[in-house]
Order: sequence, then C-alpha cells, then structure tokens
Amino acid sequence: MAEPLFRVSGLKVALPDMTRKPVIGRAPLVHILKGLDFELPRHQVTGIVGESGSGKSTLGRALVRLIEPSAGSVIFEGRDITHLAEADLKPLRCNLQMIFQDPMSSLNPRRTIGAIIAAPLKQNGLGDNIAARVAEALRRVGLPENFAKRYRHELSGGQRQRVGIARALALSPDFVLADEIVSGLDVSTQAQILTLLEKLADEMGLTVAFISHDLSVIRRLCKQVIVMRNGEIVEQGPTDALFADPKHAYTRDLIAAIPLPEIDADWLKAG
Amino acid sequence: MADARAIGQRGDARLWLAGGWLLVALLAAIFAPLIAPQDPLAQDLMFERLPPFWMQGSQPGYWLGTDSLGRDLLSRLIYGGRVAFIVAFAAALAACLVGSTLGLIAGYFGGWPDRIISRIVDVWMAFPPVLFAILLVAVFGTGLSSVIIAIAVIDWTRFCRVVRAEAMGQARMDYVENARIAGYGRLRIMVSEVLPNVVPTIVALLSLEMGIAIIVEAILSFVNLSISTDDPTWGGIIAEGRLSIHQAWWVLVFPLITLFLTVLSFSQFGEGLKARFDPVLR
Amino acid sequence: MSACLDISSLSATLASGQRVLRSVSLAVEPGEVRALVGESGAGKSMIGKAVLGVLPPSVKIAEGSIRLEGTDLGTLSAKERRRVIGTKTALIPQDPLTALNPSRRVGPQMTDRLIHILGWDSGKADKSIRQLLDEVQIRDPDRVMRAYPHELSGGMRQRVLIAAAFAAEPRLIVADEPTTALDVTVQKQILRLIAQLQKDHGTAILFVTHDLGVVAKISQKVTVLYAGKVVEEADTAALFASPQHAYTRALMAATPRYTDPMASLKPVDDAVLAGLSAEIAAADQSWRAGHG
Repeated sequence: MAEPLFRVSGLKVALPDMTRKPVIGRAPLVHILKGLDFELPRHQVTGIVGESGSGKSTLGRALVRLIEPSAGSVIFEGRDITHLAEADLKPLRCNLQMIFQDPMSSLNPRRTIGAIIAAPLKQNGLGDNIAARVAEALRRVGLPENFAKRYRHELSGGQRQRVGIARALALSPDFVLADEIVSGLDVSTQAQILTLLEKLADEMGLTVAFISHDLSVIRRLCKQVIVMRNGEIVEQGPTDALFADPKHAYTRDLIAAIPLPEIDADWLKAG
Repeated sequence: MADARAIGQRGDARLWLAGGWLLVALLAAIFAPLIAPQDPLAQDLMFERLPPFWMQGSQPGYWLGTDSLGRDLLSRLIYGGRVAFIVAFAAALAACLVGSTLGLIAGYFGGWPDRIISRIVDVWMAFPPVLFAILLVAVFGTGLSSVIIAIAVIDWTRFCRVVRAEAMGQARMDYVENARIAGYGRLRIMVSEVLPNVVPTIVALLSLEMGIAIIVEAILSFVNLSISTDDPTWGGIIAEGRLSIHQAWWVLVFPLITLFLTVLSFSQFGEGLKARFDPVLR
Repeated sequence: MSACLDISSLSATLASGQRVLRSVSLAVEPGEVRALVGESGAGKSMIGKAVLGVLPPSVKIAEGSIRLEGTDLGTLSAKERRRVIGTKTALIPQDPLTALNPSRRVGPQMTDRLIHILGWDSGKADKSIRQLLDEVQIRDPDRVMRAYPHELSGGMRQRVLIAAAFAAEPRLIVADEPTTALDVTVQKQILRLIAQLQKDHGTAILFVTHDLGVVAKISQKVTVLYAGKVVEEADTAALFASPQHAYTRALMAATPRYTDPMASLKPVDDAVLAGLSAEIAAADQSWRAGHG
C-alpha cells in the first residue's frame, strides 16, 4: 500500500488568549489541539467531525500550514513541513489547496469569477493559455463558460461554492481541505455540491480532508473518519465500522443526537 | 469578541493616565486663583522673556518663564485652561445632545425622518468647518458664548452621523424585533432598548468632541476671533509665542504641549470609558 | 373548537408586485405542533413574521387573513394588533445572541415584558420566570438572571429564550429555526425541552425549520413550502410514510441519512424543479388575472 499523504504525530497547537492578556507580560496560552496522531491515506476522502470547540478547523489549517504547530510533526509526502519557513512552503502550496465554508467572504467581490480562478494559476507559473484553463475549470464544476465574466454577487450560494471548488482544483493539487463547505447551504444544493466533490475526487485522484459537524454527510462521503472533541481525537477509523460499532461514548452520543428524517417516538426521550 | 476584551484591559491603563491628566488640568483651571504663582495679566517689563526654571537666567516664581511682556507663562496656561474647559464641556455637550437625538431618531425610525435628517447633515457638512466657525463668530461677534455656539452648530453633525449608524445597526437586531412582537411602542423601544446600546459610543465620541472643541477654540483664539477680553487662551499664547520663537521658544512650546496632552487625554479617556463601561466589551 | 391560528389564502408581495407568499392557507389547532418546512426563500420565516406582525417594510400583505383565536388581525388597529400579538404569541428566535439586549441583564429583560405588557406584578413575574428557568433545567437561576447575555453559552441563552417564551403563557409560539445555530448534541437537548414544555403547557407551536429530521421528531402535522406556496400538508407520520408531492419526495431523498448513505443526498431532479416552476407560473397567472 502506498505511503499515506499525511502522517501526523503528537500535533499540538496552542495560541495566546488575547482576552486574558495582562497589561504587562504575555498572554496565557489556549491549547486548541492537544496532541493528535493520525494518517491521511492517499486518494481517499477522510472526514474530520466534531462540534464547536473541537478544534477541527484549527486542525485543517495546521495541515495546510496556515498555522504553525507548537509541537509534534506534520509530514506531507514524506517531507516534514511542521516548521518550514514560508519561502520553503511556497512551492508546496500548489499541492495544498483549500475550499472555504463561506463562499461570500472567500471570493473577492471586486474581481470577476475568471480572475478569481486565474489567480492561483498565474501565481504558479501556469499563466499561458489562461482563458482555456479557466474555461476548463468552470466546465469541470458544471458552470457555463460565460460565468468567467460575472461577479460574486451575481451567483447563487451553490454556484459560489462551485467557484470555490474550481479555484481550489485549478492547480490539480494532490490534497484538498474542505472546511464545512456545505454548512450554509440548502439540502438540495448541499446534495449537488457533495455529489460534485465526490465525482471530482474520484476523477482527479484527490486526497480530501472533509471537515464537517454533520455525521450523516460524512458517512456518505468519507471512507474514514476522525472524531474530535476538545482538541483531542476521541475515535478514528473506517466510517462503516464506526457507525456499526462506535467505541467511544461521545461517538455514540453524537450519532444518537442526529435527528433522522423518520418517525421515532422514543428519540426525544432516549439519551 | 476576544479583541474587544483585550482592548478593554488596555483601556484601564488609558482611563487612569488620561483621566489623571484631565483631572489635574481641570482642578488647576478651577482653582487657578489659588494655584497660579502670578497674576496672568500682570506685565513686568523687567522680567520679559525669562527662561524656564531649569535654565540659566530664570527667576524664582516664574516656573515656565515669561513672555515678551513679562507675564508668567505657567499662570497664563493655568488660566487659559478655564476657557478651554468651559468651551470643551459646553460646546461638546450641546453638539452631543442635538446630534445624538437626531441621529437616534434617524437611525431607528428610518424612512422619511432619516431622509430629511440625512439631507440636512449632508448639506451642513459641505461647509468647511473652521471657515464656518470663523464666519459665525465674525457675524455674531466675538465672545465665549459665540465660540461655544459656533462649535456646537458645526459639530453636531459628527454625532448625528455616528449615532445614526449605531442606531441603525442596533435597530436591525433581533431583540428589537422581539420587543416589537411583545407589543412595546416604537418610541419606548428606541429609548429603553436601543439607546443604552448606543450610549457607550456616544460617551467616547463626547470625550473626543471635547478635545476637538478645545482645538477649534485654540484656532479661533490664534486668529484673535475667540473671547473678547484680555484673559489668556492657549491659542492666543501660541500666537504670541510664534512671534518670539527665537528669543523665547518656551512661550510656543509649552502651550502646544499642554494643548496636545489635553486633547489626546480627552480622546483616550473616552475610549477607556467606553471600554470600561460597555457590558459587552468588559 | 376554533383554531388557534388560522391563515387563509395569505398572499404577500414585494414593492415590485412579485409575490413572496402565494395564497398560503394553514390552520393550527390549540396544543398542536405544526412544522413549517422548506428551503431558504420558501417563505417559511416570512409566514412566522406575518403572524407576529413584524414583516419587513418592503413586504405587504396583498390578500388573505390571519386569525389568532378567531380574531382577524387585519381588522384591528395597529395598537390593538400589537396588544393581541403581544399577549397571545411569543417567539423562540434563531439567533440567541442578537435576540437579547446586550446592554441589559437577562433577568430584568425577561420580567419586563411580563410586567409591562401583560400587567403582572413584579412578584408574579419573578416567580414565573424562576419556575420556567427550572423547567428548562437551569440549575442556577440567580446567576443566570444577573448575567449579561454574552456571559452565557449559546445553549444556555437559547434555554433562557425558551423559558421567556413560555413564561408569557402564550397561546401560540412561533419557533423560527431555534436549533439551526446549535451543535447537534445541544440541539437534541433543546428539542427535548421544547417538546416537554409544549406538552406541559399545552401551547400550540408553529415550528419553522429546513431540517426534515427535526420535523420528524417534533411535529404532529407538517406543511411543506416552496417559493412561498404550500406544496403539501399532512400529518407528520403520513408524510414520512408516503409523501404525495414530487418535491417532498425529492427533499427527503436529498436529506442526509446515515442509516442509508447511498440512498440519501440525492440532488433534486430537474424534472421536479421544472414541474414546480410550472405550478408557480400557473398560480401567478391566475393571481395576476384576478388582481390586474
């Protein structure tokens, strides 16, 4: 079996808590991630699930090195990127892409969609034949080519999210971090986006880390899942096994709390 | 949220430092007859252009030196503070009351009250403020009340704009809608729900405005359009100091420092007060 | 027994004349929990706002009536309407943070309404609030009542708001997506609380949500909306057993379901959307014919 794309051990992230900073002196640290060990296998979608405060978003950002870990190691494609300087990270960035939760704030309102998708291409020396590449990216996410001339406000929420995906995939990266990308969307739009992501991940052989608070979505999309709570991994493993036989009490609570769209008179009373 | 509370902690230091200076300056101005070493108007050509106490050639009792007419600088600064503070409080308060009321109404009610008030503010603010002040004083004559009215008349728009924006933001909040659902009348909601949330901003702005009022007064007295008597004003002292900058630099420097410290303290005090008393930022 | 809430052929328009509510009719019996489900833009929140009398200024009611316990709100003066709505209804809002005045302590905010709007004396108001804080399982009512809203956690704030809503002893509570902003484990607790209180107090609830899972767990009857139009209405059990309208079926297929992952999260079929557009167009055509 091939080497996992990411190998993480003892990952800790602590950031200063500016709300408790005394007038003179350092602010105390908040320990967001408290020592995580896991691997992300290649060409698979791995889910990272947790509620608010679990640290899942911070984990995502640590993986793509938007945050520098305070301890532990992050090994990407066999290379230790934990404390790499920005200059050394730059060539790797085209392989570490991210799709954001809020398409409104992650798309520049004053740029055309075409410019937004072209930006990472130009940044990484793929500026030749840009119009064709942008058209290809739009086609891949099911948007018509003339959308390249439109602006963010002319698109619906689902369409904006597709642009976010197109931008992330423009460079054909090895790895994509999807951070709660369907959380603000209607159920029908959510279904479209997830189906699209599934298809593209398969076609392009992507390794995806899919962060979500919705276990049902994760079950559909992810081959394996990491369950987080309060900065720690509570349980991890193949998704089907986790649902069939959840080992940790928190995982069981999380599953039991999901309201399934079916009648169950006992649901409210139990757990 | 985290940033706001961090600001709140730094705000405490600001509050004490700035408040401290303002208190000292204010008390000095109030108790001027008891504190000032000399009579601010007394001219003594024997002691003209004496340097401050730490330099050679100074005289005891004239701590910061004298001007070209032999008047004690420190005493003049202390008495000048009277004019400064009177103008600061009166003008800023007047501007605040008028501007905040109109801003609150415009921001909360929207619709045509907002349209009318906003138009007035737009037109009003098109006049260059200091020129406007000079014009008003030139028309109504010099004197303390003219200066106060002039500043209030010009600066109310500052309050109106800011308070309107705050009120609009608050008016959109769910708790306001909730109050409407509960059946409260609109005026009552404006006063008891929205206003308390706008007060911290008003407080900070009021303090800032006091600093601005002092500067405007200083500018007016610099061009001799402020009070009509011989009483010293900081702007007037600066005007005199400008003329003798080579022979007696202290006559220019010390009023500038005093002016700067006082205006800075007003703005920082306001921010510190807002941070301290806004329940959300605390 | 007259219905607690009776909406009859309600149509609301924007300034441009476009309808945002299309002849909506629904009736909620006393003590019933009615779910109003639809995606964003379906008009479910708009109906809640219409009932509570807080429609945005850009939206006007063009036709139809809203009756609260038999009283037609449209026939009342603005002041009378405020009074009826204020005394007979309450809201459990979506965002617990902005629904509370940040500058006032929680306790006075809650008792104020009971004292000023319902005319209770402060002793009765205080007792009632404390009673309800206990019912929503807040163990430390003194601390909570003395606190400012931002000092409480999200789940706690929502419980306070639920307590406040029931304390006013309304006939009807409009719950506008009250659990959407909450973690799933907290959501379950909150839903449980709402269900319990509803049963204990016998209040009717109009529960607005986009989540079919929540609908299944909390409601007895459900109305499905699309683009401001009622698409299907049924007893909840019947709806889930055999949904009649193609859109309802499509929504169910699109809803994530971890017990059957491959059968869920299906995008809505274009054919269904086309059918819906045709329905809407036909309805609008007859509307324009009748209203010039």
